[in-house]
Amino acid sequence: MAMLEVNNLKVDFDTPDGTLQAVRGLSYSLEAGQTLGIVGESGAGKSQGVFALMGLLPDNARVSGEVIFEGEPLLNLPEKQLNRIRAARIGMIFQDPMTSLNPFMKVSDQLTEVLVQHKGISRKQALQESLQMLDAVRIPEARNRIHRYPHEFSGGMRQRVMIAMSLLCRPQLLIADEPTTALDVTVQAQVMGLLRELQQEFNTAIILITHDLGVVAGSCDQILVMYGGQMMEYAATRDLFRDPTHPYTKGLMGAIPRIDEQIDELVTIPGNPPNLMNLPPGCPFCDRCPNAEPRCYHELDPPEHFEQGRIRVCNVPREAIR
Amino acid sequence: MSEQQPLLAVENLQVTFDIMPRNAWPWTRPRKLRAVNNVSFTLNEGETLGIVGESGCGKSTLARAIMGMVPSQAGKVVWLGEDLRGLNLKQLRKRRQRLQMVFQDPLASLSPRMTVGDIIAEPLRTHYPDIKGTELREKVDAIMDRVGLHSHQKNRYPHEFSGGQCQRVGIARALILEPKLIICDEPVSALDVSVQAQVINLLKNLQREMGLSLIFIAHDLSVVKHISDRVMVLYLGNVVENAPRAELYAAPQHPYTQALMAAVPIPDPGRERAKPPAELDGDLPSPLDPPSGCVFRTRCPWATEYCSKEVPVLEDKTGAGHWVACHYVEKKGK
Repeated sequence: MAMLEVNNLKVDFDTPDGTLQAVRGLSYSLEAGQTLGIVGESGAGKSQGVFALMGLLPDNARVSGEVIFEGEPLLNLPEKQLNRIRAARIGMIFQDPMTSLNPFMKVSDQLTEVLVQHKGISRKQALQESLQMLDAVRIPEARNRIHRYPHEFSGGMRQRVMIAMSLLCRPQLLIADEPTTALDVTVQAQVMGLLRELQQEFNTAIILITHDLGVVAGSCDQILVMYGGQMMEYAATRDLFRDPTHPYTKGLMGAIPRIDEQIDELVTIPGNPPNLMNLPPGCPFCDRCPNAEPRCYHELDPPEHFEQGRIRVCNVPREAIR
Repeated sequence: MSEQQPLLAVENLQVTFDIMPRNAWPWTRPRKLRAVNNVSFTLNEGETLGIVGESGCGKSTLARAIMGMVPSQAGKVVWLGEDLRGLNLKQLRKRRQRLQMVFQDPLASLSPRMTVGDIIAEPLRTHYPDIKGTELREKVDAIMDRVGLHSHQKNRYPHEFSGGQCQRVGIARALILEPKLIICDEPVSALDVSVQAQVINLLKNLQREMGLSLIFIAHDLSVVKHISDRVMVLYLGNVVENAPRAELYAAPQHPYTQALMAAVPIPDPGRERAKPPAELDGDLPSPLDPPSGCVFRTRCPWATEYCSKEVPVLEDKTGAGHWVACHYVEKKGK
């Protein structure tokens, strides 16, 4: 049995202007030690989908479906039980390290707090373990720096503090929500390399959310492509890049500027991402899809399973995709 | 360089900011932050220059200094044979008709209280108050059509548009005065991949059809590759390399350019995993206290004692316009 199973997860937000469907029936599973990449553009529902697992959504959100983490249901748990799982068994890294660290607390206090809370060890011991973890994420002179405030660290360093914090209790699952989007490319390379290394050391499963196909190519085992709150395609990384079978995945791949190849004209996906308040009844991608058929505007076939563990959600047969 | 007069020639431009230390007395001397240090380059008509560097390398400050939006302390900005630095605001405003800018944040750079049509028409109203009524409307419609917006959208407000569309409005506003040069400061960094490609292609087509010159600023070498004729790499306010596009990507000379290039993730699992882990160690030094000698030496794999003493000069190492500032890049004979 998989470590994490998500079945038909739905997230709706009640807003004054009506219901916003952020996630519409998402299903996937993840094994220990594996990395799943969730890829999509802004508004695809990537972040809301994992916030729902962690119980981090605001009050106007309605969550339904089923999430099983190590045999236990996770959705809609009371706060008290969730707090025993969060940070201890599921760690999380957010996009912006400056806004997710407490600016009024020293880094040492923020790190030890996690250990004292979840492991019940003394402050002194906790400080020792925190120092080891800062060393593990390669913060130079950790002993001197640990008593500083977040603003005294650079962006890359702050993100490393976040990673250290999320790994303190050796969680089985780490959720990384765009961990490198706010960072420069050279720092991004450092952080991604570090994540890979730590994953091997602690055998952590990772859900990596990103909009950058280059980042997932280097570090994920499976990739889930999302659009308009739905899964469009799911495949092993190599299969997806070798042979994308969904028009959206194909479009995305053509649109990335590449450093390793000379392309004269980037392929574009015409139009703009859909309005989540007013989604078409059929496929959310139909307006922008080069293969769209009339029926795509009204209905969408159930997921098609093919080859080994690949899934695609598209009305148009695989052979006919341009 | 060719014999023709360049459109823009920047010579040894220097921008420093005064920074007051914390808890300073009012009479304490401010510290100098050198954001742009001795930057020189030329840009010919119809050419695109890509400027790349990480946050804090001075690329935006350089753009603003060229436009005269931040004061520069030394050097020259020669625009069509005339130094812009000596001009007063009124004279500068006149030159800016031909010298426009597109900004990074598409929504923040548009006034939220003006309709899109008014935003696009404003430069015309400012510079050509005689153009009114139908003529003005026609010009706005034509330019909106040109950048891929519908003219019936002109009574809407910026918040009703998506990021990519707002960026098109920004481009239309820059284009309406028929400029010769547009400085684009990270125009696609805030956009989604699919929309980013639309904007890059739009800029490229506009350039081809209207004979524009572009200065395209980005933090990522892969975006710049698709649009530039030359690429200039900045580090801590200094130019470390400036070369024709094909040469720079085929054979980057400066160790920083090489590191920057190796750090770009390749969207191909085979290649991405096969590539050596060429990580740049450490963090960017503080620009308030830059390293002596070569600014890159604290993170450079080749650095020696000599690099801390002598500032490397930007030299044409191949004789074919491949400029590099490094002591250890061999100069090839002409």
